[in-house]
Amino acid sequence: MSLLLTVAAAGGLLAAGLIGLAGNRRPEVQRLVYILSIAAMGVVVWAAFSYLLWPPADADATLVLPIGLPSLQPGSPLETHFRLDALSAYFLLVLGLLGSAVGLFAIGYGRHEREPARVLTFYPVFLAGMILVLVADDAFAFLVAWEFMSLSSWFLVLAGHRAEETRRAAYVYLLMAGVGTMALLLAFGLLAGVAGDYSFAAIRAGHLANLSTALVVVLALVGAGSKAGLMPLHAWLPLAHPAAPSHVSALMSGAMTKVALYAIIRILFDLVGPIGWWVGVIVVAIGAASAFMGVLYGLFQRDLKTLLAYSTIENVGIIAVGLGLALMFRANGLAALAALALTAALLHALNHALLKGLLFCGAGAVLDATGLRDIERLGALIHRMPVTATTFLVGAAGLAALPPLNGFVSEWLTFQAILTGPQLPQWELKFGVVVVGALLALTAALAAALFVRAFGIVFLGRPRSAAAAGAVDAGPSMRAALILLAATCVLLGVMPLPAVGLIDPVSRQIIGHSLPGLGAANLLWFVPLPGSYTSYSGLVILVAVAGIAVVVMLLVHGFASNRVRRAPAWDCGFPDPRPQTQYSADSLAQPLRRVFGTSLFRARERVDMPAPGDRRAARLEVRLRDLIWECLYLPVADGLAWFTGRINVLQFLTIRRYLTMMFVALALLLTVVAITQ
Amino acid sequence: MTAVALQLLHLLLMLAVAPALTGLVRKVKALLLGRRGAPVLQPYRDIARLLRKEAIVADSASWLFRVAPYLVFTAVWLGVSLVPAFSLDLLLAPTADLIALVALLGGARFFTALAGLDVGTSFGGIGTSRELMIASLAEPAMLMVIFTVSLLVGTTALAHIAGTLLVHPVGLRVSLGLGLVAITMVAIAENARVPVDNPATHLELTMVHEAMILEYSGRHLALMEGAAMLKLLLYLSLIACMFTPWAMAPPGAGPREIGIGLVAWLGKMAAGGVLLALFETSIAKMRVFRVSEFLAAALLLGLLAVIFLYVSKGL
Amino acid sequence: MGSIAFDVAHLLGTSMLVLSFGLLFQRRIFGVLNTFALQAGLLAAAAAWQAFVQSAPHLYITALIALLFKAIVIPVALRRIVVRLQIHRTVETVFGMGLTMIIGVGLVALSILLVLPVTYQSGAITRENLALALSVVLLGLLIMITRRNAVTQVVGFMSLENGLILAAVGVRGMPFVVEMSVAFSVMVAFIIFGVFFFHIRERFDTLDLHYLETFRGERE
Repeated sequence: MSLLLTVAAAGGLLAAGLIGLAGNRRPEVQRLVYILSIAAMGVVVWAAFSYLLWPPADADATLVLPIGLPSLQPGSPLETHFRLDALSAYFLLVLGLLGSAVGLFAIGYGRHEREPARVLTFYPVFLAGMILVLVADDAFAFLVAWEFMSLSSWFLVLAGHRAEETRRAAYVYLLMAGVGTMALLLAFGLLAGVAGDYSFAAIRAGHLANLSTALVVVLALVGAGSKAGLMPLHAWLPLAHPAAPSHVSALMSGAMTKVALYAIIRILFDLVGPIGWWVGVIVVAIGAASAFMGVLYGLFQRDLKTLLAYSTIENVGIIAVGLGLALMFRANGLAALAALALTAALLHALNHALLKGLLFCGAGAVLDATGLRDIERLGALIHRMPVTATTFLVGAAGLAALPPLNGFVSEWLTFQAILTGPQLPQWELKFGVVVVGALLALTAALAAALFVRAFGIVFLGRPRSAAAAGAVDAGPSMRAALILLAATCVLLGVMPLPAVGLIDPVSRQIIGHSLPGLGAANLLWFVPLPGSYTSYSGLVILVAVAGIAVVVMLLVHGFASNRVRRAPAWDCGFPDPRPQTQYSADSLAQPLRRVFGTSLFRARERVDMPAPGDRRAARLEVRLRDLIWECLYLPVADGLAWFTGRINVLQFLTIRRYLTMMFVALALLLTVVAITQ
Repeated sequence: MTAVALQLLHLLLMLAVAPALTGLVRKVKALLLGRRGAPVLQPYRDIARLLRKEAIVADSASWLFRVAPYLVFTAVWLGVSLVPAFSLDLLLAPTADLIALVALLGGARFFTALAGLDVGTSFGGIGTSRELMIASLAEPAMLMVIFTVSLLVGTTALAHIAGTLLVHPVGLRVSLGLGLVAITMVAIAENARVPVDNPATHLELTMVHEAMILEYSGRHLALMEGAAMLKLLLYLSLIACMFTPWAMAPPGAGPREIGIGLVAWLGKMAAGGVLLALFETSIAKMRVFRVSEFLAAALLLGLLAVIFLYVSKGL
Repeated sequence: MGSIAFDVAHLLGTSMLVLSFGLLFQRRIFGVLNTFALQAGLLAAAAAWQAFVQSAPHLYITALIALLFKAIVIPVALRRIVVRLQIHRTVETVFGMGLTMIIGVGLVALSILLVLPVTYQSGAITRENLALALSVVLLGLLIMITRRNAVTQVVGFMSLENGLILAAVGVRGMPFVVEMSVAFSVMVAFIIFGVFFFHIRERFDTLDLHYLETFRGERE
């Protein structure tokens, strides 16, 4: 039943895309398309909820549709399989929750879209693609839906095609999406093996040689990891996510990366069968590197949406660390600890989706109001856009992992999983877990710095441009969506147990073990591992902080003084009314640039001071180099260009030379046949 | 005594003792520098005076500027109430373990940093940018110490750490020694003490914490100063709880044991204050970019502590 | 007795290792010399403790030699050389401080990973001591290769020797002859380095101006 609902929702979305294409100029049609998408997402949420809470008896039921590739056995019917299980249901829940809120936001945001046909046609198709990836039960359905997802999001990125940088971003995105899909294709090919049965049930039942397993792991990490944003194949993400319209960015960062992580979990935990702990090491290493470098890149960005895109890379890295730990624990038979690590990763997936959706929608509201994405030209928006500012603050505090919000709960769980790492028997893993813990701690602290910078420069201080000074708060539907997302984040922060309970069927299906602390759960304290007495209660912290703050305020106002006088800023007695004298975003990041940037980004500062008496302005030049781009991507691109330049010769051969080539190829093939006989 | 009464006593005691601790540190520093110094109870009078004054708020400040002092003060006060001091039986202790405590203090720092940026002056920005750099290295060092202690004891809940260390003495563990050095360095950085930051400076270009609260006045400033005093008390209490948990009253103890625990705790705080004053007068303040090396050393000492735990527990 | 013996030996050995990190951290030549003197003093204490625990009186002489020569005579002599030859008082490093420290911790982890499984048969004191001593040796080498200043390179070499002697006193029954030869080699090395200093000083004089000009922003 839930599966039928889900597939029907996907079909409905495809129809909505057609409606969007047909009537794209009319505002009622625009609203209708987004309302239809909200309805479809609501159906998906309901279906996922009901599956997780009340799993049906025939949990193995698959839906078979009579479309698709003809299979290798002649006479067998065309079929495409879809199936709903706990893992798919959880990710459908994440997608649905984010999708409904973003749809609500888009009703107001999409009004100013200059070329609505590009967005309205492909937005529902994008959602449908993601839904179908999550319920696909054979490789064909999976890859077709994956391509739907990639291509429709590519079209959405191109909605702003008039800007040069958007075209470049779309180009890089298309390249890397193509490489990723090919890697996934090869991975599924290896998984299906010689028999050629691409359904997931057959793949699960099959058995792979060691070399094939290793290749599948690498290919899956390349294909799905690139889409998720794991380093070093992340380069398209900070280009493409900001270039898309803001509600699409929210979906790409919040939902599409999670669908990619679903693909990794599906292949590594489910389809490939039992694997050694070395896979966990690779995943943890990539995750920790992505987290640390992602947040460092984000700290030095001027564009609000690029900053948020790098923060996505960071959080995907944290999720990958949790998944890698789960793999390591599972390979060593420590099922309870594997459940803890997996729960931490999946909870962070949900929390990040909601928080990043909230932040991107807030960035969209700012872009809509001011027309600017450059934070160096914004400022003081908290006075002009109070609702946007407050909800953005909730999102920023959440991703900075402050209690009692939801971002903290999942990071806390990840740290608890790392703290149990030394129970692993191999001492490479024991040492490695400690290093990963230090890196994650650094990442968490730097993430807080990133969001202080983002929120502080955009919303606080004094306005740095006329556009910022004249901004108006977002429209009613945008505000409603922002408030809804912020409230959900606070709720999940103080009551994490229902969400953890929803993850339980997933960990039971994938690892075969529940989170140990769920048995003795009560609504107040959250105790993940009963043996260790460690506990946390977001509700008590929220109530205590709010309660004590109110009591203190009443006491202070009552017994001391409650008079306030407004006056110009003191500024040590030398106030300057020009807003350029306040700290800029670059200045705020300067100490961190000195500490971390000098080695990791080859950050160099050059000051050009004119001699005394010379009246020209001084110049400060800061140069940062993207080492991953220069050392990995550029050499590959250059090598490819050189190679294609060399074989371009093949276009201009004479007829005799072409005939010679064909003859040589024929002779070689005949020789091979002769030898292998 | 009932658990609720004990928790309330703990809460109010922390509030009462914090200014005295700061006063003691200032007095000892003055005596060591050859001055007479202000009386130990002077901070109480300072806070009372500030509370009675009118608060002057800048034109460009927002609601965040006015709300932040209450949030910061409450977060730090709640944090200090979660650290067992004289009794292991703390009602609110299961609310937050060590990691959540560090995150709670991180939240207080988040809002202080935002308050520094709110008015839109350059001095607030100086304070915030330096504070972000210091925090980005101090928090990981703290987490490494937590890692060490949790590896040794098996939990990150403070009451259980103290209880376990009381019952099973671990002897002269080198990892704990390294952890103690690391957490002392972190405490110095977090509380804006020499050599990281001079709490008594009047030169704005050398300020970190003072620069962030430069625009505050009146009751807002009283709350921020109170939060700083509570934070110093929190770190000293935390170090005492984790590394010198002797004489703490076990759960369900009678008034006599609680009394002994109280006296012992007050003695530990006084000793910590004197040691801090001694340390501050014997070393000069570092340049801002040397602070990052100082904290990197703390982080690496924490890493070494964990590695040495592996050595002594055997691989 | 066993546990306290182990704890004190462990404490002294680890303090020497921490001081090796301190040597990496120092930026002033006098700080480096003082830290080295302290490390040599701790080495003397470790040797004396081992003499007490193992009931091997010749180790007391080792302790005395370490205290006299390495903790007092050599640092004082080096300090006088620095003053007389007017050598630069700041230490110039090849990598940044952070990277050097990270490599240092990596070396410690490496020596632990190396020593502990190999010496599985021996007693606990010996294994820890060996791991710590190897770490001190590797860090001494690191100090030598990441410092541009000749005096700090000499100190790094001495610190390496400290590590070797720490390893030697940890093992039961080290012969006295070895200690004499080690002490002599230290003296010989000192003389050689002294000769080098006079040569280097000429180079320093021509290089000094060069250094001053390319030094970051500080003109004469």
